[in-house]
Order: sequence, then structure tokens, then C-alpha cells
Amino acid sequence: MTDPHSLEGILSKGEPGGSEPGPAAKERSRSLTADAIYELVRNPVFWVAGTLVVIVLTMAVVPGLWANQDPNVSAECDIQLAQRSPSWDRPFGYTTQGCSMWGAVVYGTRNSVFVAIAGTAAIAVIAITLGVIAGFYGRWIDSVLSRITDIFFGLPFILGAIILLTILTTRTVWTISAVITVFLWPQMTRIMRGATIATKQRDFVDAARAVGASNFRIIRKHIIPNSLAPVIVIGTINLGQLIAIESTLTFLGIGFQPPTVSWGLLIQAGAGPALGGTTHLLWIPCAFVVIATLSFILLGDVLRDALDPRMR
Amino acid sequence: MSESVIASQRGIDVAALQRVHFDRDAPLLEVDDLHVEFHTRDGTAKAVNGVSFTLHEGETLGILGESGCGKSVTAQAIMGILDIPPARVAGGKILFRGVDLQKMEEKTRRHIRANKIAMIFQDALSALNPVFTVGWQLGEIYRKHTEASRSQAKAKAVELLDLVGIPAAKERVNSFPHQFSGGMRQRVMIAMALALEPDIIIADEPTTALDVTVQAQVMKLLSDLQQDYRMGLILITHDMAVMADVADKICVMYAGNAVEQADVHQIYSRPAHPYSKGLLESIPRVDMKGQELAAIKGLPPVLVDPPPGCPFHPRCTFARERCQEEKPELYDVPGDRRSACFFWEEVISS
Amino acid sequence: MGRYLIRRLLQFIPVLLGALFLLHYMTVVGIQISGDPVRALFGDNPPPESVLAAMRADYGLDNPCLDRRFDPCVAMFVERLGQYATGDFGIDLRQGRPITEHLGERFPTTMRLALIAVVFETVLGIALGVLAGLRKDRFVDNLVRASTVLLIAFPVFIIGTLIQVYVGVKLGNWIRGQDSMPDWFGQMFTVTYSADYPWLSLILPGLVLGAFSLAAIARLTRTSVIENLRADYVRTAKAKGMPGTRVVGVHTLRNSLIPVVTYIGFDIGNLMAGAVVTEGIFGVPGIGQFVFQGTQNKDAGIVVGTVTILVLVYLIFNLVVDLLYAVLDPRIRYD
Ligand SMILES: Nc1ncnc2c1ncn2[C@@H]1O[C@H](COP(=O)(O)OP(=O)(O)OP(=O)(O)O)[C@@H](O)[C@H]1O
Ligand code: SF4
Ligand SMILES: [Mg+2]
Repeated sequence: MTDPHSLEGILSKGEPGGSEPGPAAKERSRSLTADAIYELVRNPVFWVAGTLVVIVLTMAVVPGLWANQDPNVSAECDIQLAQRSPSWDRPFGYTTQGCSMWGAVVYGTRNSVFVAIAGTAAIAVIAITLGVIAGFYGRWIDSVLSRITDIFFGLPFILGAIILLTILTTRTVWTISAVITVFLWPQMTRIMRGATIATKQRDFVDAARAVGASNFRIIRKHIIPNSLAPVIVIGTINLGQLIAIESTLTFLGIGFQPPTVSWGLLIQAGAGPALGGTTHLLWIPCAFVVIATLSFILLGDVLRDALDPRMR
Repeated sequence: MSESVIASQRGIDVAALQRVHFDRDAPLLEVDDLHVEFHTRDGTAKAVNGVSFTLHEGETLGILGESGCGKSVTAQAIMGILDIPPARVAGGKILFRGVDLQKMEEKTRRHIRANKIAMIFQDALSALNPVFTVGWQLGEIYRKHTEASRSQAKAKAVELLDLVGIPAAKERVNSFPHQFSGGMRQRVMIAMALALEPDIIIADEPTTALDVTVQAQVMKLLSDLQQDYRMGLILITHDMAVMADVADKICVMYAGNAVEQADVHQIYSRPAHPYSKGLLESIPRVDMKGQELAAIKGLPPVLVDPPPGCPFHPRCTFARERCQEEKPELYDVPGDRRSACFFWEEVISS
Repeated sequence: MGRYLIRRLLQFIPVLLGALFLLHYMTVVGIQISGDPVRALFGDNPPPESVLAAMRADYGLDNPCLDRRFDPCVAMFVERLGQYATGDFGIDLRQGRPITEHLGERFPTTMRLALIAVVFETVLGIALGVLAGLRKDRFVDNLVRASTVLLIAFPVFIIGTLIQVYVGVKLGNWIRGQDSMPDWFGQMFTVTYSADYPWLSLILPGLVLGAFSLAAIARLTRTSVIENLRADYVRTAKAKGMPGTRVVGVHTLRNSLIPVVTYIGFDIGNLMAGAVVTEGIFGVPGIGQFVFQGTQNKDAGIVVGTVTILVLVYLIFNLVVDLLYAVLDPRIRYD
């Protein structure tokens, strides 16, 4: 069954599942990875989403590649030009600070994407560690961990983050990703635990045990590689989700603070003037957030379809 | 307002079947050259490929064959409950008392189900709806096929449960499927099939999911009821012993084809097709999915891409060159039986 | 049912205490790291230290454990639980009014907003999901799938600000400018909440609030309808000669809605967070706006007190949904 408590669960399609593979499936010779790659390269969504993801990532790492008007350099901005609408030579117009809007969104990518990557990486490390331990050893470790995740599920994420971030006065990439990690690790941990339990019951784990492999070796050689597919899928979807969450927190005034440049701040600054008619201040940064979020979510979605053998 | 007016306002056309002219002298059921295909991503799978048989009152026809050979699909085609798409009835006729069911309007045909032909499924736990009481699920048949009111339907449900031997039927009628034991649940399924006293019951592996002792009880109930009501029974089972016990005649299927049809004693003593022979030698168990049978090497062919010639030739110990090129038809064999093998004489005498 | 009820209640208590403790711990760790919120309230020109000290004492922030990093301050937690039990959820730091009093005033507005959002997302979400599930891989299905993914990629605050500008201002001004349109009609496309139209002016914010969950519900319903259409009991219903509408409407739908109901319980959390954003954007004087203002003004009293109450409501609501789940699914009820 699909898990409605995570975005990944909501996106899942619940296709065939149990329909008997029959003798036909046995004759397929292609391996799972080869099959997955074959599926991916044929899927146009993979190419579109993948390209956008690459663009977003390069913007985050080397913004100079995409724009030469760094809004952090005050000489590049001219308050006289503030809020100027898009024109032929400046198709994205100017920000409320009089910087190039294109430069601002490109240079603002880094903060959003870094929070997403740091948060997702931390969540993945915690989830793999705790999920594998709970799933593999079971018993009391598992019950304790389940109770703890239950408690975290009892706390709507944004509300928890609001409390912590209202009280914390320093908000950097690290504090924001730490807060996100604190509240979002249980979802992926639960999924990892499930994946571990499923793998543990497979024949090759029994076989490894029979030839005297140690627990640690079984985990390293069998459990983790076999649980990697869900981690990759959920991790990719999480990246998109965290970009949306970071910009939401910033918009609420508890994420990045000016004079930092970030998408959430641009939207916050543009929302007021946009009501008066200078709409490019709003829709351009909004479009960046939505496109970035959407690309990661779609990429995760096509990866899942390709990696999940059940889907075929 | 009369009850029938109310009923027709509820979308129930009780008289629908009375307008159909059934031929009392025609056989109960005639299946003639039935073809069913599935459209899948890998191509068209011919799940049923020219199956014919006839069923008379009080008679039991057994259908035998390995997993995936098209038994259930045949049954569902007769019931008219295949999922279309991916399935498609690609050809053939299904005649109930001389009336072609395929040509019937759906709103009439739905009354054939339950009224004339009913079906029992293998796994009663999943075949019964988990969120409604068994009484409700039995009563529904009366409410949607007759003019019965809710309370009348419930009373009927109690009677039915009584009939199939469920103790304390009055209380059990309010229970949910998961509150019954496996055997009891299968009895509920049987009750459901019997509700409108149909002329034909199709039982698709009715006892596979049950314990051995319970299997015998359920099978006995089913054949007793069949005798009492003089119904035609189509029995699909992997259990060769049950088959020998209950069936009058047998149709052996292989990869969507009927490969042998004969009287039960003839098949069990002298099979006329190498596949039937192999099946019998594989007793007691032939129900392991995806596993080789004891006496027949290899696995059934992929349905989207069957081998040329006789579909059985890759696994057949009698196969010659001819078998790879030409597909045998269903030859008449003395003793009112049929076999789809060029060399049936040889098989019988072996 | 009785046994299930008791078991569920027994699970509820540790989760409730755990969640409250977690909130408490977040608060104290925040204070231990960043210094106390009274100080933060005044920004760059704080009043004399004696005034601050008096305020700290008022709010119970003078506890020495707040100076020790990562100390869970258990004694303080126990004291807080006692206050919660008597209905004391603290006061805001500026006016010093009890949080519960603020919330009492703001509750009806938020309730109206939530009602609009829930009706919108469930009715439309289930309808779209069923439609897509029944027409799997056909045009409607592809359309629903594509548009729901798109909707999921739009954070609430972006939908909110965009809708406010393009529907509230642009479209709304045009409609309000037409003489032929009745006045109330223009209010449905309002830029901000207007107390004269307590329902109509909440329609737009309500749709914004329900948008994400609409997509989620549509997708969950679709998946669940597709799964159930394949179920054996649906085939049984066909074999019993039930009409097609009944096979879908009774036998498939009833079971398909079970996971959707669980989602709606979980969704209340989404709605609460979404209300903070939506009410903030549209100036709706509800509980969400209260938290929104609290975060903007760095008023920890408002944020901590209100969020604690919201978490309690969320947990209780989920308890109710779980019981409802048992009503819908007899397998759980009679376990
Ligand atoms: N929904 C479907 N989509 C595609 N192919 C199908 C579908 N249902 C059945 N088939 C094909 O039809 C063939 C016959 O299936 P069927 O269920 O009739 O087998 P069976 O003889 O009843 O086997 P078993 O003994 O396992 O019940 C199968 O090999 C399968 O490939
Ligand atoms: S026709 Fe040939 S291959 Fe087919 S069953 Fe007879 S002997 Fe075997
Ligand atoms: Mg079958």
C-alpha cells in the first residue's frame, strides 16, 4: 500500500504490483540496472527533468557561468533602477534593490539548493543508519525507534520548524538544514526500515548467513545495496521538497535574512510591489522555485518507475 | 405503488430474463471455439485458443491443466466478467440453452449471472468484500435481482447460510468475512453462488486455499448440492483425486488449447494425449506455479510467442518432426473422446 | 471495537507526552543556543537589564537550566504540563494577554477557512481521483496526473501570492469594475479578507489552502481506486450480476476511501501550516495569521503557546480519524 505520509507515497502510482510474472518474466535476460537505464533513456520526462536539474545544480555551484551581475556586489546594483520592468536588454528586469533580476535569481540558487542538499544528505545518513539498524536487528531497538518516529509524526513539520527557527537568532545554511533534518528524518527512516526488513527476508541473505558471513558484512554487501533504490528515489524527491520548504520558511521571515540573496527573500520582497502592478518581481523568483522543485520531483518519479521492478 | 414498480425504479428489470427465449431442449451450455486474447506490452497473449465443450444438466465437467493455461480465463469469459481491456473475446460462441450470451445486451446478461450461471472463486477471503457483512453481501443478490426488500433479503441470507451448514446462521449473518474460518468462508461463497438457484455453477479451484480435511467437506457439500438441484458444474481444480471423484468428463487444457476431452474413466485409465498422460503421472501435486511437473520436463510456452506446430512439442516425449511444423487439430478418438495429438493411437496403447 | 479503542488510547498518551516534550525541548534548546527571547524582542535598543530581568521572571525564563546547553530542563517541562492541564498556554510577550484568549477570538475565522479548504479538497480531490482511476491511462487520467504533480510543486505561499496578484487584483478589479456584476460576486475574488463578507472573502484563500491536499487526495484516490478495481471482491460483485454503477460506486469506492480518510487526518497538519502562510498573505485574522505575526515579530510567547495548542488539536484529530478508520474498516474494528 502507498504511504500517504510522505510526498513519495503520494506520488506513487500503485501500478500492477502482484500480477503474476509467469514464465515470460523468467526468460528476460537483461539485468535490473540495465533495464532501469533502458527505461530512463527512452523517457522524455527524464531528459527534460534531468537537464533542468543539471542547470539548477550548476547555477548553485558556479553562478558566474549563467550570469555576470552578482547582486552581492553593490557596484552591480543601482537603486535608481529598482523595480524596473523587463525590457529587451534586461528581459528579467530589476529587483527591488535595483540589481539585475536574472543575476539575483541565479545567485540566489545557491542558498536554496545547498540547504536542500545538506538537509537531504543528513536525512539520508540518519535514515540509512537508523533504518538499517532497526530493520536488521529488530526487537527492542526497533520498537524504541518506532515509538520515537511516532512522536515526530505527531508534530506537523512546518509548525515544529517555526518554533525552533523563531527562537534561534542565527539562521545560516547550516541552522536551516539542521532544523529541517531534525523534523524530517523519520519519514525516510521508516522507509529504510521497511526496505531492510524486505531484503532481510530474501534468499541470498540466508545464503550469505549459511556460509558464515558476519552481520556487518551482510549489511554492507546485501542490505544497503539493495535498499539503495528507495534512498535515491526519495532523496531526489526530497531535494525538490526541501527547496520548497526552505523558500516557505524564508518567506515566513524565519529562514534566510537580508542581505543574503535567496529565492524566498526575492519573493517576500516582490509580493508587496506585485500587488501594485510590478508583477515580474513576484513571478520570476516564483517560477524558479516551482521549476526547481518540479524538476527534482519529476526526476525522482521517473527514477522510481525505472528502478522499481514491480512497475514492470 | 406495487413492488415491481418500485423495483424497476431502482433499476432492476426483474422480467428481463423472461423476455429471452431459451431453448429447453438445447444443452445447458455450449462453448464453441472460444478465443480470448490479452493485449499486453509484450504483444498479444492468446490465453484461450479455440476451446469447445458442452455441459448438460446434472453433469460435472472438469477442466485440468497447469497454472496459466487459461482455465480461469475460460471461466471468466463464460461469466462475462473479463476485464475488457486488456482482455478481448476474439472469437467463438457461448450458448446458454441455445442463446448466444455474447449477443445479449449487458443489462440482460447481468441477470444471467447469479440467476442462471454462478461462480465460486478460489480464495474466499479476498473474493468477499471485507467491509460488508456476509448477510449484506448475500442479500444484495436478492435485492438487485428480485423485488426483495432489505428484510426479506436478510431472511433469505440466513436460510442460505443454514443450507450450506453454517451453525448459528441467524447470528453469523451479521459477521464480516474475516471473522469466519477458511472453510466457513468458502461455504459462504457457495451460498452466494446458490442464492438464485442457478442452472450452472463454475467452481474455480474452490478448495485450493483450504486444509485437506476441510477440502473434503466443502467438496462434498458442493457435489451434494449439485445433485439436489441438478445443476451443471464446471470444476477447475489441480487436485486429481477430487477430479476423479467428482467429474463426469474432463477437458485438459494446455497453453490455451483444449488438448484432450474424454470421459473421466477413460482419461484416468488410458489418456489419449501425451500431456494428459504426463499430468496423471505427476500426481499428486500439479499446482506448483512456475515449477516443473514430475513427469513433464520444461515449462509451458510464453503465450505471446507460442512455438510453431503442436504447442506441446518442446516438452513432448512422443514428438516427431511433423509436430514442429503442423498444428494438430482435435481428432475424434473412438469412445466419444477427442485428442489434439497426431499420434493418439500410440499414446493410448503405450 | 472496545479493545481497539483502548489500545489506541494507550498509544495516544506516550505520543502526546512525547510530542509536547519535543516542543518543549526545541524551545529550551533554542533559548540555550540563542539567548532568551525577551532580549530578542527588543532588537538593537534593549531596555535596562533590570527591566529585562523582571520580564524574564514573569515568563518563567529565569530558570538556570536555560543557561546549560542541551539540558532538557525536565523540571520546567513538568511545570509546563501542569500549566497546560489548567488551560494555561502562556501569554504573548508584547501585550501580555493569554494566548487562549487570542485564539478564542480568532478561532471562528480559521474554522470557516478550514471548512472551505476541506470541502474543496475532498470533494474535488475524490471526484478527480475516481475519474482518473476509472479512466486509467486515458486522457482524463493523464491530465489529472500531470496537473496534480504540477500543483504539488507549488508551495502554498507561491500559489497564495500569485493568486492574490493575478486573481485577486487583476481579475478581481476587472470583475468589480463591471456594473452588471453583483457586489458579492466581486468579493469572491478578493485581495484581502473583509469582515463584511465573512464567507465570500474566504473563498479564494480557502482554495489556496486546499490546493496541495487536493492534489494529494486526487492521487491517493486514483491509486486506491485502481488497486481496488483489480481486487477479487470486485470481480465477485460482477459475477453476482451487480450493475456496473454498483460495482464501482459501492464495492470499489467504499474500500478506496479508507486510505483517503487516513490521509485527511494527517492532512490537518498540512492545513495548519498552510493556514499560517495563507492567512498571513490574505490578512485573514485567524489563528494562522497570529502565528505568522508571531514569527515576524519574534514573539516566542505567541509561537510556542499557539503551536502547542495546534499540536494538541492535531493529535486529538488524528485519534478521532483513527477511530473513524475503524468504523470504516471492520477488519480493524474486530481485530
Ligand atoms: N489481466 C491479464 N493481463 C494479461 N494477461 C493475463 C491476464 N489475466 C490472465 N492473463 C494470461 O492468461 C493466461 C491464463 O491465465 P489463467 O488465469 O486463466 O490461468 P489458470 O489456468 O487459471 O492458472 P491457475 O491454475 O494458476 O489459476 C495466463 O498465462 C496469463 O498470461
Ligand atoms: S502432436 Fe506431437 S508434439 Fe503434440 S502432443 Fe502429439 S506427439 Fe506431442
Ligand atoms: Mg486460475
